[in-house]
Amino acid sequence: MTSPAPCKLVPLVASGPSLPRRLFDRGSTVACYLAALIVVSPLALILWHVIRLGLPGMTADFFFHLPKPVGETGGGVANAIVGTGIMVLIGTAISVPIGVGAGLYLAEHGNGRFGTFVRTTADVLSGVPSIVIGVAAYGLVVVPMGRFSGLAGGVALAIIMLPTIVRSTEEVVRLVPRSYREAALALGAPRWRVIQQVVLPAAAPAVLTAVLLALARAAGETAPLLFTALGSRFWSVSVDRPMASLPVYIFDYARAPYDDWNRQAWSAALVLLMLVTVVSALVRFSIRRVPRR
Amino acid sequence: MKERGTSLESRVNVTAPQPAAPPRPTVPDRPQQAKAASAEIPVATRNFSLYYGAAHALKNIGFSIHARSVTAIIGPSGCGKSTLLRSFNRMNDLIAGVRTEGEVLIDGRNVLTRDTDVVELRRRVGMVFQRANPFPKSIFANVDFGLRLLGLRDRTEVEARVEQALRQAALWDEVKDRLDRSALALSGGQQQRLCIARCLAVEPEVVLMDEPASALDPSATARIEELILDLKRTYTIVVVTHNMQQAARVSDCTAFMLSGELVEFDETARMFTSPRQKLTEDYITGRFG
Repeated sequence: MTSPAPCKLVPLVASGPSLPRRLFDRGSTVACYLAALIVVSPLALILWHVIRLGLPGMTADFFFHLPKPVGETGGGVANAIVGTGIMVLIGTAISVPIGVGAGLYLAEHGNGRFGTFVRTTADVLSGVPSIVIGVAAYGLVVVPMGRFSGLAGGVALAIIMLPTIVRSTEEVVRLVPRSYREAALALGAPRWRVIQQVVLPAAAPAVLTAVLLALARAAGETAPLLFTALGSRFWSVSVDRPMASLPVYIFDYARAPYDDWNRQAWSAALVLLMLVTVVSALVRFSIRRVPRR
Repeated sequence: MKERGTSLESRVNVTAPQPAAPPRPTVPDRPQQAKAASAEIPVATRNFSLYYGAAHALKNIGFSIHARSVTAIIGPSGCGKSTLLRSFNRMNDLIAGVRTEGEVLIDGRNVLTRDTDVVELRRRVGMVFQRANPFPKSIFANVDFGLRLLGLRDRTEVEARVEQALRQAALWDEVKDRLDRSALALSGGQQQRLCIARCLAVEPEVVLMDEPASALDPSATARIEELILDLKRTYTIVVVTHNMQQAARVSDCTAFMLSGELVEFDETARMFTSPRQKLTEDYITGRFG
């Protein structure tokens, strides 16, 4: 067969791809769909299970009342909701400024030896089991204070949130296009203004996502709170006292020998799930910015 | 390029003749132009060399640029055009391992010294980049950005300056009704003019343009070129371009660079009709590059 002359269109073969190729194509597509389905199914199963078992116990009383003494039925998780809220707030308040600052440092200056050290430390920290972090917070806060407290719980949650925030901030800040920085610098912006007015705003939505992820994880942590906030059956809003929290409540009630308590544990789990979802949605919604003049 | 056997030693450090009668309107709001002779040569280099690590990227460059003229820098890819341009406002500082020798003079002052206030330098020597790079903010906020850096807060004055800059960049009529929309919604050509407006808002003396139209279609390119011709009444413009027709259309003087050396620097009209160097002739007639 002679090769076609240059500048001449060669007609495509009309019969389409061969049979083995079509089979392989179909098979691969099905395999990918299956994998995606497997990823989604645990979450769907958990959601379904929590809603099925938790929803019946979700009454107004459950939200607004304290736990009843052992032996009585009913009661609620008002103190645990508030306690979780307070401790997550403390954790966020501590970890966000430190984490975003450290992430910025790593992205802007962290190419030296110290940067590598910080980065490795953050990675190791994120791999430390949460119960160990609870013990660390116990040593750092509970022992000096002489008692279990909501503050200690907040510190433990902050340590848990920190590595996620540091590393995601670093990655996101590195992703801010170089052209933005160049544009600002070429206008005569000092470096701190470039970071404050161009880099951080451009990175903000992604940093926020990272903070929300860290927050959601911290809100569900049980182990670090067992040694720090301890838990409480009473109304507790002072941060220097033991404080109730949803995960510890779920932990206590789920392993109790009473059916009523087990049901309440399911309802508390549903409350926790809803709170995390609602908070993320609210934060996202309120941050969605109108472009400013 | 050494094997082409042209000695460049005698050609460096030339000062171009005054561009043929550039228009010289008096511009009342730019008082610094009334200054001494140095202000008439706002940009110059002397024996300027630049190294990226061990690579000798710019070799002994010397030339001077007259006020309120357009100077085009042409040459094949990798010849050092952009590097030279970015030396005038020290944007190469951002690249690790860059070392320089010689002098880059802005208004007669060497800006390569340690004690140079780079922030102040970049306010006086603005830059427009190859890819339009508006901030992901509103159109207004983009132009306002530089004004905020200057500490301008007064609402009326800020609005007046933003409008003036957008008018200068020939963009005002297209965007005046949607100043609070995102700049990213503009077309490529509009974005580039917005970047020019942003640059003009801080009233620089020199405007550097790094292939400002290379990412644009022909009609948007034509608008940018018109704009350049318009702006040279007020500003000193240095424009890097790949496009020799563009250099011929917009510039008063042209610098031809090759392998980090300044081969020829002359009035554009003369260089494109009777280049002194064989290399220049080969390049502009399309024999290489």
